[in-house]
Amino acid sequence: MTSRTACMLGLAAALAVAAPLQAQNRGRGGPAGPPPTARASAPIDLTGTWVSVITEDWRYRMVTPAKGDYQSVPMTPEAVKVADAWDPAADEAAGNQCKAYGAAGILRLPTRLRVSWQDDQTLKLETDTGTQTRLFRFGPNPPKSGERTWQGDSTAQWELPRSARGGGAGRAGGTPAPPKFGSLKAVTTNLRAGYLRKNGVPYSENATVTEYFDVAPQRNGDVMLVVTTVVEDAQYLTQPMIVNSQFKKEAGGAKWNPTPCSSTW
Amino acid sequence: MRRQTVRTLLRGAAALAVAAGVLSAGPASAQVELSGSWAARNHEDALERGGGPYAVDFAGLPLNDEGRARALAYSASQLSLIERQCGLYPPQYVALGPFGIKIWNESDPVTGTVVAWKIGAWEDRAATTIWMDGRPHPSDNAPHDKGGFTTGTWEGDTLVATTTHFKAGVIRRNGAPNSDQATMTTRFLRHGDLLSMLITIDDPIYLSEPWYVSKVFQLDTNPQRPIGPPCVPGYEGLDSDGTVPHFLPGENPSVDELTKLYGIPRDAVLGGPETMYPEFRARIKDSFNRPEKCVRNCGGPPR
Repeated sequence: MTSRTACMLGLAAALAVAAPLQAQNRGRGGPAGPPPTARASAPIDLTGTWVSVITEDWRYRMVTPAKGDYQSVPMTPEAVKVADAWDPAADEAAGNQCKAYGAAGILRLPTRLRVSWQDDQTLKLETDTGTQTRLFRFGPNPPKSGERTWQGDSTAQWELPRSARGGGAGRAGGTPAPPKFGSLKAVTTNLRAGYLRKNGVPYSENATVTEYFDVAPQRNGDVMLVVTTVVEDAQYLTQPMIVNSQFKKEAGGAKWNPTPCSSTW
Repeated sequence: MRRQTVRTLLRGAAALAVAAGVLSAGPASAQVELSGSWAARNHEDALERGGGPYAVDFAGLPLNDEGRARALAYSASQLSLIERQCGLYPPQYVALGPFGIKIWNESDPVTGTVVAWKIGAWEDRAATTIWMDGRPHPSDNAPHDKGGFTTGTWEGDTLVATTTHFKAGVIRRNGAPNSDQATMTTRFLRHGDLLSMLITIDDPIYLSEPWYVSKVFQLDTNPQRPIGPPCVPGYEGLDSDGTVPHFLPGENPSVDELTKLYGIPRDAVLGGPETMYPEFRARIKDSFNRPEKCVRNCGGPPR
């Protein structure tokens, strides 16, 4: 037996052993069932109560900043004109006290999030500050609301690790096991015009909000949630505004404290 | 059995082992490409990352009493001492500074597996090496340097890097400290052309709770430099008498600066873990006094 022959035989043997294993990992034979629901296929658990951890942009998030304080925001000149005219009392009087609590800004506010499954294809995210509700709808044709709202319409999908795409790990019986890692991607449109910051920094009704939700376990046992938010708005932003917001998971909801929207505080 | 036949069979077994290893690689070895030039997107903390924070602004930092005392003793004039000008910032400066980064990897020349990720370099920092080959961290008694020692593992598509053995430094560029006993954990989260870093600093000496800081980068066709320009110390106008510039307890002149400029109460300015959470707002609701108009460091486009 030559050396080359031995190597070829070795590789062939490995492939012969490994191929069925790979096939087994993709699930065992039988007719394909319906695709798993978003809830069943969730690669990460976002449900529960999460609290904002405000370690960045503190004086723009924990308090309502002064008029004209636009640090960090890539505003167009038109946006500056709008923000310079900010009048919180007028917003309150017009019933627009929730303008800073829309989808593009709500996760920057100090808040608690309560995340749960409304149904198998809809993830619900509630905030105690401003008592807002966002619905992340999975699936090919999610229903859309007719009129624009503060939270708009959010389509959602799971982003899976490269190794889990195209079938993922399988279990006997054909039910695919959810992968252990992944992210939630959500795209939100159909918004009412609102504020990126409570001091009137605007986004238009044509803004698109793209978000990525990642879970980050910590050394001390805490579990963090990192939300990367991309706000695109050609009218009021010179470039997409991209920020991260962090939340920490809490046991139970004892600190859940619903408070109404406020234009001034 | 002839000796050559034995050798041949051993080669075949080795090929079998390599092939089986490749084919059975699962999620533990999952990874995404991180190489490239990444531009910073400083749409948060732009002042802190750029011109620098106010001298006393510790809001949102989980400092304990010792950490706060050390922070208040800090004078930025220390950086003008000849011997401190090129001291380099700590590893967390990757998120505290304004710069983009360049990432590449070093591969094993035979197997092609990634031995280390390299992140370099931004100004005021040396390149960081994230060892991926399973080597252990040095012993507790090993010397510390500015960059520390970093190892990494993959959790799905997230690279998780752990840094130890770095010297005492700052978690905000106004002297808010980290000790040399701190541990830094960095998670690299890639989504398309965006790369987010979540950095966690655990410090048993100066922090009551872990401190978190994040930064977003965007893949860029403009090349980022793999190494910053050399630091050359020079006279910066500080005539030192041999002492390190500092403030004694109760003598920091900047304690009320943020209160005067932005109406933020002193107990927020001085930080502490409670300042990170929403319920702190109730504590300062009556003492916060929003100015009519921003007067300094207000950002926005030129007007």
